[in-house]
Amino acid sequence: MTKTPMLSRVADSLFWMARYLERAEHTARLLDVHLHSALDLTPAAAGRRWRRLLTALHSPLAAENVAPYAIAQALIFDITNSDSITACITAARENARQVRERISSEMWEQVNRLYLYLRTTSMEEMWSGEPHLFFRNVKEGVHLFQGITDATLSHDEGWWFIQIGRYLERAMATAALIDVHFCTLDSQDATTLDYFEWVGLLKSCTAFEAYCKVYTASVHPEDVAEFLLLNAEFPRSIRFAADMIQEAAQAISRSSVPHATARVERFAGRLRAALDYGQVDEIMMDMHTYLMTIRRMCAQVHDALYQACISYSADEALR
Amino acid sequence: MFISYDIDSAYDEMFTASGQPRPQYAPLYERLTSLSAEELYRRQRAADAAFLNQGITFAVYGHGDGTEKIFPYDLIPRIITAAEWSVIERGLTQRIVALNMFLRDVYHEGRILADGVVPRDLIYSCRHYRREMRGVHVPRDVYIAIVGTDLVRDVDGRFLVLEDNLRVPSGVSYMLVNRQVMKRTFPTLFDRYNVRPTDHYGQALLETLRALDPFQRPDPTIVLLTPGVYNSAYFEHTFLARQMGVQLVEGRDLLVHDNQVYMRTTAGLQRVDVIYRRIDDDFIDPLAFRPDSALGVAGLFNAYRAGNVGLANAIGTGVADDKAIYAFVPRIIRYYLGEDPILPNVETYLAYDETDRRYILDNLDTLVVKAVGESGGYGMLIGPHSTREQREEFRQRILAEPRNYIAQPTVMISRAACFVDGRVEPRHVDLRPYILYGEGIVIVPGGLTRVALRRGSLVVNSSQGGGSKDTWVLND
Repeated sequence: MTKTPMLSRVADSLFWMARYLERAEHTARLLDVHLHSALDLTPAAAGRRWRRLLTALHSPLAAENVAPYAIAQALIFDITNSDSITACITAARENARQVRERISSEMWEQVNRLYLYLRTTSMEEMWSGEPHLFFRNVKEGVHLFQGITDATLSHDEGWWFIQIGRYLERAMATAALIDVHFCTLDSQDATTLDYFEWVGLLKSCTAFEAYCKVYTASVHPEDVAEFLLLNAEFPRSIRFAADMIQEAAQAISRSSVPHATARVERFAGRLRAALDYGQVDEIMMDMHTYLMTIRRMCAQVHDALYQACISYSADEALR
Repeated sequence: MFISYDIDSAYDEMFTASGQPRPQYAPLYERLTSLSAEELYRRQRAADAAFLNQGITFAVYGHGDGTEKIFPYDLIPRIITAAEWSVIERGLTQRIVALNMFLRDVYHEGRILADGVVPRDLIYSCRHYRREMRGVHVPRDVYIAIVGTDLVRDVDGRFLVLEDNLRVPSGVSYMLVNRQVMKRTFPTLFDRYNVRPTDHYGQALLETLRALDPFQRPDPTIVLLTPGVYNSAYFEHTFLARQMGVQLVEGRDLLVHDNQVYMRTTAGLQRVDVIYRRIDDDFIDPLAFRPDSALGVAGLFNAYRAGNVGLANAIGTGVADDKAIYAFVPRIIRYYLGEDPILPNVETYLAYDETDRRYILDNLDTLVVKAVGESGGYGMLIGPHSTREQREEFRQRILAEPRNYIAQPTVMISRAACFVDGRVEPRHVDLRPYILYGEGIVIVPGGLTRVALRRGSLVVNSSQGGGSKDTWVLND
């Protein structure tokens, strides 16, 4: 008997399940680093950093005259904010629920546990207690889910949809984060950012230790950019994500209709080439444009994937 | 252990009227008396954990936080002898063949109506009658491919048919899982009996569905159509899809183009040949039936009518399991097969008939009154357990819509031994065997024994707090 291909709906759910979890983890990580380092900042600097954080998370919230408590609440618990941690975990669980028979029961249990943890945690309790512990639980909860996924789910087409969702989200989020640090905000130049800000950026990508192993503890903007953009080995660099995206695109292509997924492969290949053959000194000349290009290429991969495998029109498919 | 086991007028599955274990139950009785209550508790807990861990649960409506419950499982098996089963098997085969002929006739020539055996207006006033199906050819003329018939035993131990479920019967997954759990909790006991296996149900179901491929391709694409994760039977849908190795699809995964059904896959559209649908007629195609249905597939009915896809069950089968039509099944069997029914009906009065209606209204306190279109134990009046207000309410309802009500004498249905609160006590049970009709009729030996876990209760439906137990059909 021939292997039946996967339902488009199932691929869609797996993809978004992975994206939402990655997004929740990213927000938790950024908030954790931010709250920790905000402790030794002047009020003006703190306001600037909140603004930067909100921009990196594409949040429409205004940082001015808003208490950190309110911002944190909006980013963590506000379910009307579709990017809040709770909203993301809820959406991930809902997607997992739709494909419960396709994923392993261990995966379902883990995402459900994480969801229930958020449901039973209150903002007041978390804020007055140890916020760091809360963020660690969220991050570890997502990491555990990813580990369980890799260890208990067949690495078939469905798993590749999870991979491509996770790494597309990661590449785009990291690009946005780098962008707010390098590009002028309030006519403030990147060179005026001090040492702690660059360390903050690295830590926001859990990259500080890995960076030091390559460049030692002397932190220069150009090295930071090179590491977070172009390092081939570090799992949170954009280049690493692009490698994974391409690998997943090729794998999906093998179990799909070749002519339909050719575009996905082409866009994924271009994204990868842009990073494989990138030169940091050239990139530094117009970082913002470069990062915008990377983000646009990620969006192209996403759109092409959806057109090829998920939201194609019936007329086209029957032609 | 059996200290509070009383034997009354109801037929007891385990004991004779004089309190002796029936021969087929003797080894089980012996085993049970050798176990302590703690030991039975331990096995009960192990069984419950097996259900929970395998995710064999149903969602509790009204809780968004993923609260799930297991369908209560009773440890002690119900045993059916080879001789008893042979009657059930022959009786069900006869009944299903006749009902299928009835459906074909009703939607084609209508001979049985012309001959006045079944009143014509009873058919046309049935909520589940589908005029759209008139003259439609269905593959192999099989309308009811998957059936779950409810049987009960009267005080003499005779099996009676209580209800034919000819639309989308559920519960077969519990029949199969109960057996798996039983083998794990009582392996040695199971070994002492020669129990006929049920494991091949998935295979038999697949063969039945294959038989419904209108084009009889060598490798048809078969799918199971579910209303989705919020349906209370979703576990069963995933279970059966896995047992058969077919795709579990929702309405939004399918589309119809040029009267051909396709499913959306990552490798493009794939043609679908047979659909085992677990969605009611009303919701299956918003273009043909309820336009507000978001669960169905637009255009599916036309594809079916064009003969491009097989459906199990066919559309419009509910006309034959209407509770008023039920009263005519013995006559239907005689009409088409020229045989006497092997499994009798429960005596039934139709409020639609004037004489019967008078009798019903005069005897509301002893009869069970049922609404014809309802199932799952809803819309019922159990006369002996009813209040004056309830009886008055039903009187008004019957007078307002006589076609919608039937009444039956309260059947003292049989009781089986159950493990309740640390003791073995009798509880009322029924039996739902599952019948498959493709190339021929296959009835997997067994069925779902449903238990009314509340003491004295006669209602076994899961929606009314019922449970279930494993059902053993013995070899000779």
